[in-house]
Amino acid sequence: MEASIVRVSGVTKNFTMGKSQIQVLKGIDLEIGMGEYISIMGPSGSGKTTLFNMIGGLDKPSSGSVFIDEVDISQLDAYELAWLRCRKIGYIFQTFNIIQVMTALENVTLPMVFGGISDDDAREKGMELLDLVGLKKRFQHKPFELSGGQQQRVAIARALANDPAIILADEPTGNLDLSTGEEIIFLLKMLSREKNVTIISATHDLKMLNVSDRVVWISDGRIEKIENRDELSISIGQISETHT
Amino acid sequence: MLQAGHSTSHLPKKQVVLPFYKSVEIAVKSIKARFFRSMITTMSLILAISFFSYTKFNANIAKTVFIADDKAAVQKLLHLGYEPVNYKDGQGTSPKERWILFLSLLVCVVGIVNTQLMAVTERFRDIGTMKCLGALDRFILRLFLIEAGLQGMIGASIGALFGVLIAFFNTFIRFGTSAWNFISFNDSGMVILTAIALGCMLSILGVLYPALLAARMQPVEAMKGKD
Repeated sequence: MEASIVRVSGVTKNFTMGKSQIQVLKGIDLEIGMGEYISIMGPSGSGKTTLFNMIGGLDKPSSGSVFIDEVDISQLDAYELAWLRCRKIGYIFQTFNIIQVMTALENVTLPMVFGGISDDDAREKGMELLDLVGLKKRFQHKPFELSGGQQQRVAIARALANDPAIILADEPTGNLDLSTGEEIIFLLKMLSREKNVTIISATHDLKMLNVSDRVVWISDGRIEKIENRDELSISIGQISETHT
Repeated sequence: MLQAGHSTSHLPKKQVVLPFYKSVEIAVKSIKARFFRSMITTMSLILAISFFSYTKFNANIAKTVFIADDKAAVQKLLHLGYEPVNYKDGQGTSPKERWILFLSLLVCVVGIVNTQLMAVTERFRDIGTMKCLGALDRFILRLFLIEAGLQGMIGASIGALFGVLIAFFNTFIRFGTSAWNFISFNDSGMVILTAIALGCMLSILGVLYPALLAARMQPVEAMKGKD
C-alpha cells in the first residue's frame, strides 16, 4: 500500500459532562492513503464528528495520536498547527461557514492571504477555483445572495485554495436538498480524482457511498467495519431493499 | 518559533501571515457590515468624549478669564458657580467636574465592553472558521483591536469637535464678542487632540477583554457557540 497521509492510532477521547466522564471514542485505528475518498458513516452520537475533529487538528485526543504526513499533530505548537490547517487541510462544514461580510472571492482568497500568497496571485487562483466549482460569474456576491448549494461550492473552492493534501468534509450535504447534495458529492469526487486530494467526509448521507473508495462505519466510539467499494454495492442493495 | 525538531522534514518552515493592510481591510468591512451595531458603540463614545472636551474647553476659558481678571466676565463666572481657586492654578477643573468626567468615561467603557461582548458572541462562527483556515490567535485579536481603534478614532473625533463647538458657541452666548479675548486656539487644539487620544484609548480598552476571549477560543468551541 502506498504511504498513508493520515494515520490514526489508538485514539480515545473523553468528555467531562458535569461530574461524569463520557468516553466518546474508545480506541480508533485507521490508515488513509493519498488520494482516497473515505466516508465515515455512523449514527449521530457515534463519535464521527469527534473523530473528524481529531483528524483535522481541531481537537486533541485524550490518548493516542493522529499523524498527518507521518507528523504527530498533537506535538505541534500553535504556529505549526495553524500552518497545517492553512496549507495541508481544507475544511468543509455542514453549515458552510462562509464568512458573511466577505464576497465569494474574498472568502476563497482568505486562506491564501494567511498562506502568504500575493494579492494578484490569490485573486487569479481564486477566480480559477470559483470557475472550477461553477461560480465564476458570482465572485462579487455576498453569502446571503447565494443559495445553500452555491455557498457550499464557495466553501469547496475555499478548501482547495492552498492545494491541501486532505479535504475534511463534515456532513457537507447535511443542509442541502437531495439533488444539490448529489451535485456537491460529485464535485468532491471529481476534485479528488483530478487533484489527487484525499477526501475524508463524516456523513450519514447514503448517497456518499457510491463515490467512496472506502467506508468506515463507526458506532459507539469504535470502528465497526471498514468496507471497500466493491463490497459496498451489495450493502447499498441491502439498504435500498430494507427501505423499500 | 517553528523550530520543533520532530517536524523538520515534513513541514516546511513557513508561517501563516496576515499583512497589516489586510487586517485593516477586514476590520473596515466588519464595521461597514454591522454599521448599526458599530454606531451604538461609537455613539456612547461620542457622548462621553464630547462631554469631556466641552468641560475641558470651558475650564480653559474660566482659567483665562480669572487670570486676565476681566471684571465683567469674572462676575458672570462667579454667578455661574465657578470658583477661582479651582481654575487659576492646580488641576484647572473643579473636583466635582473631575468626578463627573471620570464617571461618564467609566460608564462609556462599560457600555463598550457590553456591546463588544455581544458583537464577539455574534461572530463566534466567523472566528472559528478563520481559525480553521489557519488564523492565529493574534490575527483575531488584531482584527478586533483595529476595529475598536477605528471606531474610537471616528467616535472620538466627532465627539471632540462636537463638544468644542458647543462650548465655543456657549462662550459667545456668555461673554458676547469679548469671548475672542478668552479663546486660545492652541488650547482648543490641545483639548481636541487629548480628547481623541483618550477616546481611542477607551475604545481599545473596552474591546480588550472581549477580543482576548474570542482569540483564545478553540475553533471547535467557537463554531459550536452559535448553535
